[in-house]
Amino acid sequence: MSLLSASDQQTLREMFADMKQTVTILFFTQTIGCETCDDTKRILGELTGLTDRIVVDEVNLVLEKERAAEYGIDRAPGLALLVDGKDTRIRMLGAPAGYDFMSLVDAILAAGGASDMALSEESVGLLATVTEPRRIEVFVTPT
Amino acid sequence: MGLANRMALENPNITAVTVQATEFYDLARKYRVTGVPKTVVNESIEILGALPEPMYVRAVLGIDEES
Repeated sequence: MSLLSASDQQTLREMFADMKQTVTILFFTQTIGCETCDDTKRILGELTGLTDRIVVDEVNLVLEKERAAEYGIDRAPGLALLVDGKDTRIRMLGAPAGYDFMSLVDAILAAGGASDMALSEESVGLLATVTEPRRIEVFVTPT
Repeated sequence: MGLANRMALENPNITAVTVQATEFYDLARKYRVTGVPKTVVNESIEILGALPEPMYVRAVLGIDEES
């Protein structure tokens, strides 16, 4: 059974149809000690069923430590978004459920070039001056 | 969150991590998260709540409103 209603699926299909690039979601998972990894897998499965523009690449956090380190992910479930194989440096830790499902969809659309919400020219100008690493961590809850 | 992700897409020096506070209680405790959204930049700058884009970008970059 699908987690999404038929109308939600259709809405998402239409949104994803505008994607210009394929987004790969690296899904860092582990078999033991991850309560929400199964849920996350189901949610990601729903997305890949809607469009060819989303690809999920499962990475075992325990067995593929080097790959996890490369993306700075030390927890499961963890997601890293890539565009054409290139790291976008967008990460999500925890199951993309509830409110956060739309955050993931929004991140995919932005990375895939299908978002109509762009940063202002002023913001883009300010961001161009950033030359040192900056790690933004945003704490959220599913509701 | 949308803004942080878009900032990461804009500049390769920026990484945006969305963390489920209810799942990673240790991280939430480490950064004293008592309400969401809460943004922490480079483990030092703290931004509480959602801000309009110009304010959020400046806060994340550590730029004073007045300058």
